[in-house]
Amino acid sequence: MKIQIKNGHLIDPKNQIDSLCDLFIVAGKVAAVGSAPAGFVAQQVIDATGLVVAPGLIDLAARLREPGYEYKATLESEMDAAVAGGITTLACPPDTDPPLDEPGLVEMLKYRARALNKARVYPVGALTYGLKGAELTEMAELADAGCIAFSQADAALTDTRVLMRAMQYAATFGFSVWLRPQDSFLARDGVAHDGEVATRLGLPAIPVCAETIALSTMLQLARETGVRLHICRISSAEGVALVRAAKQQGLTLTCDVSANHVHLSEMDIGFFDANCYLVPPLRSQRDRDALHAGLLDGSIDAICSDHTPVDEDAKQLPFAEAEAGATGLELLLPLVLKWARQSRRALADGLAKITLQPARILGLDAGHLSVGAAADVCVFDPEVYWKVEPVALKSQGKNTPFSGMELQGRVRYTLVDGQLVYQSKANQ
Amino acid sequence: MNNPQLNKHGELQHLLSTEGLPAPILRGILNRAASFMNLAEGRDIKKLPLLHGKSIFNLFFENSTRTRTTFEIAAKRLSADVVNLNIGSSSASKGETLLDTVDNLCAMHADMFVVRHSQSGAAHLIAKHVAPEIHVINAGDGRHAHPTQALLDMFTIRHYKKEFHNLRVAIVGDILHSRVARSQIHALTTLGVPEVRVIAPKTLLPSCVDKLGVQVYHDMAKGLRDVDVVMMLRLQNERMQDAVLPSAQEYFKYYGLTQEKLVLAKTDAIVMHPGPMNRGVEIDSSVADGTQSAILPQVTFGIAVRMAVMSTLAGVG
Repeated sequence: MKIQIKNGHLIDPKNQIDSLCDLFIVAGKVAAVGSAPAGFVAQQVIDATGLVVAPGLIDLAARLREPGYEYKATLESEMDAAVAGGITTLACPPDTDPPLDEPGLVEMLKYRARALNKARVYPVGALTYGLKGAELTEMAELADAGCIAFSQADAALTDTRVLMRAMQYAATFGFSVWLRPQDSFLARDGVAHDGEVATRLGLPAIPVCAETIALSTMLQLARETGVRLHICRISSAEGVALVRAAKQQGLTLTCDVSANHVHLSEMDIGFFDANCYLVPPLRSQRDRDALHAGLLDGSIDAICSDHTPVDEDAKQLPFAEAEAGATGLELLLPLVLKWARQSRRALADGLAKITLQPARILGLDAGHLSVGAAADVCVFDPEVYWKVEPVALKSQGKNTPFSGMELQGRVRYTLVDGQLVYQSKANQ
Repeated sequence: MNNPQLNKHGELQHLLSTEGLPAPILRGILNRAASFMNLAEGRDIKKLPLLHGKSIFNLFFENSTRTRTTFEIAAKRLSADVVNLNIGSSSASKGETLLDTVDNLCAMHADMFVVRHSQSGAAHLIAKHVAPEIHVINAGDGRHAHPTQALLDMFTIRHYKKEFHNLRVAIVGDILHSRVARSQIHALTTLGVPEVRVIAPKTLLPSCVDKLGVQVYHDMAKGLRDVDVVMMLRLQNERMQDAVLPSAQEYFKYYGLTQEKLVLAKTDAIVMHPGPMNRGVEIDSSVADGTQSAILPQVTFGIAVRMAVMSTLAGVG
């Protein structure tokens, strides 16, 4: 199949292309950028006039809910949501039921995902059996089965010796360890940031030091073990400062933030809006400002959707009894564009946070449109406004704090391996 | 942000919290309660027909004797039909969700819900869910709010002190876990009390309590100096297990209200407590039963205040 995407504004952060030029795809790969390769005759032409042509997006945290939580979401629904959001590669955390701690589970997930022929799925394996924080998983076997990194998801790993051993073992094989910093004692029973809103609403609170204490431990152990550490979903100003300092001291470290936290703060909880019950908690506006600064200076490398589909019933409960999380796959792109616009940055700088940078964190040769690369492409309209209507989302999770909001930027075409896997209707 | 307690005409639709309610609405409830006082205090009780034919459901997901009883008496004095449900012992234990329970009761033609729940925000959730002709009264949700308690406390203060704008009020005890304290603070500041103090050890204070417009004291002797009103809070026994306090004895020594500490307040200061009291833990019996105590009048006023709230919501009288 030979495809020409013509008249588009091509943005490829890795190759520093940011101009009007055509993209030529042959046999699933990028054949040329700019002018057609010799003898190229397009079998399919995508007119991208007024649209941006970018590498397919890469999401570092998308819960697909399989296996175990099919009533919340299925691979089918979430893979549809991913490509509708322009996401062509995603990493899914191991907090399924059972957790991704056995090679068979990982192979099954990869197989099921591949059969759907949509986005590429890279499972993140469990760091400890059952995510219980006690015994190491067979990381090498899991990596052979397709795990791209190892993580505790949101499960606690309180035993620091186990954590150190897990890092040492992962470092032996060069695997990266992904951790979300939260001290489980300080966070016990907490559902909201320990600040003004939790004080006012009487919600059990999680102090910032729950993040910084755990983060300090992780950084110290990473120095000790030499493991490739990735910090997931940083939430506080103090946390960003610790990551920044560690990077300045030369520690090999990467860090992401959820798109929700880039735009929301504890104030958005309003009168107990359970859609704003997220993990980690939405923190203060000062923390949000620090997250923006961290993104700008590179302390925070990437933005993820932290996609967590939750069934409707689980949100129709008093705040603290509700289930945390929000749908995010279809909102990642517009939320990142919004950040770039607010920060007066070029589109390319925003896109780097969801293409080039996550690819680097995953250690994948992806997230760019170099000649010869797989033709994973996201074509979007950067200007169009659309209203977030939960029922219109493809994800089975309908809950989002952005429900009813107008967002700018919408995906029109998504290609994976040069195959059109998503195309929006013209009037959408 | 829309205030879920007010309808589009700015009238009270639900009573969920004292936060965000305009002073005229609070004063209106207090005035109306004053007009009900004779009825509530009188031995020769005549019912008022204001809520005749209305069904009020007392929906208590958490145990309460005093609050539920005073709501029940208040509703009956307004001629309403009252149904008491102790959900702790029925639906919830059978796995029914909060909103399913509410839907079922709505199908039984409830006009008003009086809700107590252990989770902050439960009353808001119900208020958001029910049809617009149904009113919700929060009778205590988690640590968040207990507005009728705060209103009866304001009624008590006004009864003894006449005005709010010249008062110094101290709230003493477990502010962190207290819905009563939060509602008191909002009501006091809304009604124009210029100085509200909270007195507690740091383990019993929420992190941003100063943002609520109060002055923070850790030393009871300093905090009680020259106050007009002392509002004590109940200390739950489980605080000792949760590493919040070392012992009831030490708490009583440093934060319990005794006659010796009370003399630091103004000579005509009144002492209040939302009940039930832990004598010898947060308050000494000689103070609880002393001449400055307004604790039993609080209970009496509570009936009139709850009548006022219910009739205000129903838009009658």
